[in-house]
Amino acid sequence: MISTTQHPAATTLLRFATAGSVDDGKSTLVGRLLHDSKSVLADQLQALEHASRSRGQDTPDLALLTDGLRAEREQGITIDVAYRYFATARRRFILADTPGHVQYTRNMVTGASTAELTVILVDARNGVVEQTRRHAAIAALLRVPLVVLAVNKMDLVGYREETFAAIADELTAYATQLGVPEVTAIPISALKGDNVVEPSPHMDWYGGPTVLEHLESVPVGNAPAQSPARFPVQYVIRPQSPEHPDHRGYAGQIAAGSFRVGQEVTVLPSGRTTTITGIDLLGESVDAAWTPQSVSLRLADQLDVSRGDLIAPSAAAPSVTQDIEATVCHVADRPLTPGARVLIKHATRTVKALVKDIPSRLGLDDLSPHPAPGSLAANDIGQVVIRTAEALPIDCYADSRCTGSFLLIDPADGTTLTAGMAGHAFAEQATEAPAEDDEGWDF
Amino acid sequence: MNESPYALSHLDALESEAVHIFREVAGEFERPVILFSGGKDSIVMLHLAMKAFAPAPVPFGLLHVDTGHNFPEVLDHRDRVVATHGLTLHVASVQDYIDRGVLRERPDGTRNPLQTVPLTQAIQDQRFDAVFGGGRRDEEKARAKERVFSLRDEFSQWDPRRQRPELWQLYNGRHAPGEHVRVFPLSNWTELDVWQYIARERIELPSIYFAHRREVFSRNGMWLTAGEWGGPKDGEIPEKRQVRYRTVGDMSCTGAVDSDAQTLEQVIAEIAASRLTERGATRADDKLSEAAMEDRKREGYF
Repeated sequence: MISTTQHPAATTLLRFATAGSVDDGKSTLVGRLLHDSKSVLADQLQALEHASRSRGQDTPDLALLTDGLRAEREQGITIDVAYRYFATARRRFILADTPGHVQYTRNMVTGASTAELTVILVDARNGVVEQTRRHAAIAALLRVPLVVLAVNKMDLVGYREETFAAIADELTAYATQLGVPEVTAIPISALKGDNVVEPSPHMDWYGGPTVLEHLESVPVGNAPAQSPARFPVQYVIRPQSPEHPDHRGYAGQIAAGSFRVGQEVTVLPSGRTTTITGIDLLGESVDAAWTPQSVSLRLADQLDVSRGDLIAPSAAAPSVTQDIEATVCHVADRPLTPGARVLIKHATRTVKALVKDIPSRLGLDDLSPHPAPGSLAANDIGQVVIRTAEALPIDCYADSRCTGSFLLIDPADGTTLTAGMAGHAFAEQATEAPAEDDEGWDF
Repeated sequence: MNESPYALSHLDALESEAVHIFREVAGEFERPVILFSGGKDSIVMLHLAMKAFAPAPVPFGLLHVDTGHNFPEVLDHRDRVVATHGLTLHVASVQDYIDRGVLRERPDGTRNPLQTVPLTQAIQDQRFDAVFGGGRRDEEKARAKERVFSLRDEFSQWDPRRQRPELWQLYNGRHAPGEHVRVFPLSNWTELDVWQYIARERIELPSIYFAHRREVFSRNGMWLTAGEWGGPKDGEIPEKRQVRYRTVGDMSCTGAVDSDAQTLEQVIAEIAASRLTERGATRADDKLSEAAMEDRKREGYF
């Protein structure tokens, strides 16, 4: 709930996530980022001091800023994902702040799903522990492109470079093995303020950026050429007015890559091809547009295109399949079992589906596979095999987070059951040959 | 800093996200409606909806819960917007409910909590299945935990523990007959984003958002407008001051702030320098208790 960005000149937006527990000093780190960027305002501090005093605490407890629900305040824990907003002169930030313990894996997965960067906290005294490895695994699983390792409590290890270097090397090796493209390790003391916002006077051996400097300067907005373009059609704009008698705009948000006028495209699942004749960027006619812009496309031919279809370049169209093998995080309290009849929501389309098999559950702490678990409970990560009632143009999640992801929904009451990522869990495994499947396994 | 040429500005990114949300609702629901108070957040919502569906008209109507204590400048603005764009406006009137004896005036004269019944009744009567609200997560800590798509039962109640996890851009709007979904396209916007967007898009606002002379009196540390709604009372002395409103709600609980900001640029500068949140500065109803907003939201409030 942190309010009121302070810097009108902020330009780009960075969505990032933190995972950790109070023990790691996560609240202190987040509190310091917010406080030192002057994002906590006077009435919030006053309310915070009042609430802390009424709980018998001497100093303001920054965790109370975001533990917004009565149950959270009563139990003194963060149950849910808390979104916090702050800004510096250079950038606007959306922080998905999630609890770190294993019973909140689904919250961490939720927070990571929209993050471009994740901050993993380690206590310098303890080094890389089970929870650190789990956080790195979740970042890798969700394909968060940028990972920051904040080695905290450096003041308690005498600000020693060797301690930092050993932890940084160990986690970087682990994360790289899981396919994380880039790990930036920063030695900090959230409590003392070393290298959070201001450079530390105690660690001359460290020449890199502070946490905030890194958040402010890390490049965002991937070059769209890196991934094939994807456009899920959300809605068809047909004014049928005297001024626009024949206007047909296919509205959607570009999920990956870029589109340009004149490009030959294929509409899926029908497979018909046509050409883009116009791109309307919210009132402005443009020659090209890219992710994550919301646009409407006009096409040369009168095709039957409606919500749920996917427009892609003919040269790089995905194949469609009714058989999906995916890594999932089960998010509902009721378990997922083989044979379950569900709905699958993929991009703008929802169809019936059957959970055919749950071949394994994954121990996130050591990445150990547990074959044939029988079911997945809340917070479990596992492999599932799904058969859909209609063919879907689903990508491998590693190639496209937007069109490679899906939800499984309970058709009876609409509960969101499972969050799915098509394809294999981690990059190292993705290089292996995919499982043979005569029914059209496409990845 | 070397930004990628493809990185969107923060306003473009927030706009694109909100437009996506409007289009999802248009694609998946039968009878959506936009809650429209004439305040800045609802005006920005309507602007985004118009951009999302242009050159076609917005495919849903507006619903205003009229407390009977609204600022006349805001009602004028509301009616002008509706007429200009040929929109459909539904009004649920708190005064109606009081006149019929369904609701009773509170001792403190505040009508904000009284809006819940007319709002939920209008949703049931009109069978609205998606209700757009201008709530932002930065406003208040119970709202910080709100989903973009927030399921409400047939009594419009919100259960924070039954919230659906919301991942990627996949919004789950499944609901049973009689239930509806509250949708918050401005979830990730801050007060300053809203003002910067208003300035960029040159969106017209009610005049009370800008500094003007007004007769006010002090109650609970806020400047309230003198009027028929029940102020000032004994011992409260009205005086003329140069003020503006940071939020627009019921006159009985929305305070003005001392201000000389007469242009959008001056307002933005003032907010950037402010040391108070907008609710902290201007809303008496949120000072009731630490969980005031959570309690009202559970009962079906905006």
